[in-house]
Formats: sequence, C-alpha cells, structure tokens
Amino acid sequence: MAIDTMRPCGDYRTSYRADQTIFDTRLTFAFIVGGIILLALAPLVLSNYYLSLMIQIGYLGIAALGLNILVGFSGQISIGHAVFFGFGGFASAFLAEHGVPVPIAIVLAGLWTTAVGLLFGLPATRVKGLYLAIATLAAQFILQDFFVRAAWFTGGSSGAVAAPFTILGFDMSGDTRYFYVVLVFVVVMYLFAANLMRTRDGRALIAVRDHYLSAEMMGVNLAKYRTMAFGISSFYAGIGGALYAHYIGYMSVEGLDILFSIQFLAMIIIGGLGSIMGSLLGTIFMVLLPELTGALAGILQGSAIDRALHLKDGITYMREMLIGATIILFLIFEPDGLAHRWKQIKAYWKLYPFSY
Amino acid sequence: MTFQLFIQLCINGLIIGTLYGVVGMCFVLIYKASQVVNFAQGEFLLIGAWTCWWLLTYWQIPFVWGFLISLAFMMLFGLALQMLVLRPLIGEPVISVIMVTIGLSIFFQALMKWMFGTFAQPFPPIFAVSKVDIFGLQVQSAYLMSTGVSVLIMAGFAWFFKYSKIGLAMRATAFNQQVAQSLGISVRQMFALSWGISAAVSAVAGVVVGIVNGVSSALSFFGIKVFPAVILGGLDSVFGAVVGGLIIGLLENIAHYFDSQFLHWGNLYEIVPFYVLIIILMIKPYGLFGTRDIERV
Repeated sequence: MAIDTMRPCGDYRTSYRADQTIFDTRLTFAFIVGGIILLALAPLVLSNYYLSLMIQIGYLGIAALGLNILVGFSGQISIGHAVFFGFGGFASAFLAEHGVPVPIAIVLAGLWTTAVGLLFGLPATRVKGLYLAIATLAAQFILQDFFVRAAWFTGGSSGAVAAPFTILGFDMSGDTRYFYVVLVFVVVMYLFAANLMRTRDGRALIAVRDHYLSAEMMGVNLAKYRTMAFGISSFYAGIGGALYAHYIGYMSVEGLDILFSIQFLAMIIIGGLGSIMGSLLGTIFMVLLPELTGALAGILQGSAIDRALHLKDGITYMREMLIGATIILFLIFEPDGLAHRWKQIKAYWKLYPFSY
Repeated sequence: MTFQLFIQLCINGLIIGTLYGVVGMCFVLIYKASQVVNFAQGEFLLIGAWTCWWLLTYWQIPFVWGFLISLAFMMLFGLALQMLVLRPLIGEPVISVIMVTIGLSIFFQALMKWMFGTFAQPFPPIFAVSKVDIFGLQVQSAYLMSTGVSVLIMAGFAWFFKYSKIGLAMRATAFNQQVAQSLGISVRQMFALSWGISAAVSAVAGVVVGIVNGVSSALSFFGIKVFPAVILGGLDSVFGAVVGGLIIGLLENIAHYFDSQFLHWGNLYEIVPFYVLIIILMIKPYGLFGTRDIERV
C-alpha cells in the first residue's frame, strides 16, 4: 500500500538520517513552504464561499488523516470514526462552556477523545480484521446512543453551543480569520503525522500492518501498538471535531451517523491508504463532490433528464449514491488511490521525453 | 397485566428472532462460501421488498406471482453483484472487500430512497383475517406467516446443504477451495450462486417484514442487527446464526420490557444487542458454534 518516493536513478542514500527526511529534496521542501504561504494569502483573494470550503477541507482532512493512521498505517478498520469526531466537538464545547479558553479546550478535547478511543480500541487487543470492524460498528451505535442520552454533556437532542474561537481576547471567528486557525492546525497535525512515521512507533505500526507475526518477533508489542493506533486516530478525530464545533458555533447529534463514518473511510480510500498526502487529496475530493453534483444538477435543470429523474429532490440521494459508487470504483480500478495517480503524473513529467 | 405484556413481548421476540435467524443464515452463507463479510445484507431485504411492493401496487399483480418474480429478480441481482463487483476483488485484503460491501450498501440505500421515497408504504392486504387468537393472545396473521415462512426456509436450507448436489458442492467449497476445485467443482459458480441464494432468501425476509410493518428504508437496519446475531452464534455456523438470531430477538424484547416497566431509560431496545456484541467479541469471539480457529492478537 505504501509507495516509495520517486527518486532519480543513481541517487542512493548512504545514512539512515538521509533516508528518513520528511522532505525528500530541497525542491519539495520549497514547494510545500511556498504552498503554505500561498494558502496564507488566499483570504486576500478568495470569497467567503471558497474559504468555507477550504476550512471544511481542513477540519475534515485532520480527522481523515487520523483514520488513515489507523486504517492505512496500522491495518485495522474502523467504522465509527464519525462518533469520535463528534465526541471531540462535544468535549470542546463542554470545556469551553466551563471556562477553559477555546484553543486549550480544543487540545484538551483531542486528549479526552484519545481516552475514549483507547477504551473502544480495547477489542483490538483481542480480535482483528473483520471482527474488529464489527466491534467499531458497535462503538458507532453505542456512542451515538450515548450522545442522545447524555444531555449534560451534549445538550441532548437540541445540541450544544460552542463558544467562538478567541486567542488572548482576539476574536478569530468568521471565515477569513478562522481560516488561519484551521491552517495552523492542519500544518501542525500533518507535520506531526509525517514525523510520526519516521520514529520507531510509526514504523512499528507499519510493521504490525504488514506482518504482525514478524513484527512481534522483532519485539514490537502488538497489543500496545494496536490500541495506540486507535488512540492517535481518535486524537486527530477529536481535534477535527473540535475545530468543526467552534467553526459552526454549534454541535448536534444529527449527522454523526454511520454514513458520516463511511465518508471518512471513502476519503482515505480515494486519497490512498497509507499515504499522508493522500488523506488530504481524498478529503478535497469528497468535499468537492457534493459541490460538483450541485453544479451538475444546476446545468441539467429544466432538461429532459431533470424532468424524468426529479434531480432537485434527489440531490441528497444522488450524493450518497456517488459516495458509494466512488468507493466501489476506486477499490476495483485504483486501489492505491489518488496519491498513487499523483505519483505517476509526477514520474511522467520527471522523465518526460524519455519515459524509460 | 405486566406478565401478559412480558409474554407478548417474548412472542414478538421469537418472531423477530426467527427473522434475524433467516437473515443471519443468508449472511453466513455468503461468508462461508466466499469469505466476504457482507455489510449490504440489509439492502437485499430492502430491494426485495420494494420490488415486490412495486409489482403489487403499480402493476396490480397477484401476490404469489409478484412474490415469485421478485425472488427471481433478487436471485439474478445477487449473481450479477458477485460477478461484477466482488469477483475483481478476490484475493484483495479484507479491508477492501468490507469497504466494497459498505459502498454497495450506501449506494443501494440511497437509490431506493430516491426511487421510492423515505416514507413507509404499506403492502396491499393479503390476509382475510388480520389477527388470530392463540391461547388468549392476539397474534397478527402476518406474524404467524412470517414464522411459518422462516421455519420453512430453515428446513429448506438444512435439506439443501445435506442432500442436494449443489449444496454439497458449496459446503466443499467452503471447506477447502483448492480441494473442491480439484474435484471438478467450479468455485466461481459457487461464489456467485451463494450470493444469488442469499439475496433471494433475504428478499423473502424483506417481503415478510414489509407486510407486517410496511416497506421503508428502516428495513436495511436488519442488515446491521444481524451482526450481533451472527457473532453470538459464530460467524461461520449456519445453525449458530439461527440460535443467535433467536437469542438477540428475545433479548431485545426483554430489554424493552424492563426498560418500559422499571428503568425508563428509553431506546434500550435498539442498543442492547450492540453491548452484547462487544462483550461477546471480548470474551468469546468465535461465538457459540463457530470454528475456534480465529487468530488471536
């Protein structure tokens, strides 16, 4: 699943240090820094609509990266990511309501979600593969039920109000300002994940995925790393959910259903399992998909197809069907996801006229 | 009064339990034959029930014919699904296969909502008498029929796997694919056939539930409720699926009884099976009757 990076012929690494750099070449480093600077300038040019889409990509991308660490790197499947996302949102709203400053509340919410994730990751020490998938499915329903029940924590069916994001008394709400908050979180979280994969812990996770027996013989504690993957994944989900809660200013149980969990899975499958960049690519794809269906329905409005299918009423269903269809098509035709496609495009241009 | 309610709920539990058992059997059939955990089992019920409903209300076909046509359609549907979607994924990791069935599940659920709307639609009345009196308890005749049909299906399954040639070939495939192949059994055909049979039998359950409660997208929840049942019974045991289904059906209704009489927590009915699921996975992951060769971590 993991794909080696493209390197020119004859470029060998002679030390472990050189082999484990986050950025392969100076050029990639320059590109990434340049990209972040460009993004930071984005609010000057883009309208609020595009900014809100980018914020959405940001907080969903963080949560999707968490799921990718669990599924793509440690090889366990979770069909309950949405409830951890939701738990983070509720926890942060709850903490902010009890007087914790919002930036600290977000981080604390992430840690709180980690604890819950570790709890629900406990079956991972006993069962694996599809049994674990079914256990996380149960977690989805149990936590969803808990959210409805625990009115002190979630505000019950009416939802919880999340305080606006302020830092040292400076109000950061509103699309333009909140964009920077999300950007900082995205950069930090993605760097953290990229760095994690260079450490012993990260490589142990990959070893557990690839061959757990060999990994155990090499001295990797399976139970520890399996639950740890759940913890890290929940931390990311919690941070993403908290960012979402303070962006919308409101957190409710609605929408935290199994379909949302499946959307997260769709993001990482489309982006590429076991690819950090892929998580972001997949999230971009999934966020733009409904916009695309909306645009498509707009173009077809009034035409014969529209009259026959009642596109306007069916647009939510059309979206769900597209999510399902993209999952199936990607798994059959492009199981390595967009990240793989992106690598191929890069390789094509690198070697351009002489492709061999 | 409360005792009467308790008995009534227990009977409900048994009736629902037999249905869980039937769906569980279909689930296990697919899992045994082709090692695929089918998250789209509930959608088989949904599609089957909607097809039958559509034939009955839109085309005004007599029930028996509509029922048979929808069964034949579901058989073909299951075959097509296996051949087009699942076959390219043979040999892929478990995660991919699970994800594909999840994708199928949300695809067809949305399609059905789009085509038939989100509201529950009642079946046209099929029985002359709507309720039957048994030992002083009122039982809907549709429920009686559902139990009858379920028992019939279970007996049919038992016969099929014990005596029919195809059934034996399927068991051989489930036991060891290479050996089965060397004996001249087409493993590909068996895979496809298991999906076809599973889809058709699930559709029977779907139609039965549709007659009782009306057809709506809530039917697909059966596909999720089936997990506690099959895990309890053992994922690769057909008999276990039936027992697990009965236990989960009873448990749900007993939980409902205690909830409504004493606890007043609400919604316990829905959530208890999942707690049971987690507990079983922690203490006895191979279930009551499953093969004990699950790799422990």
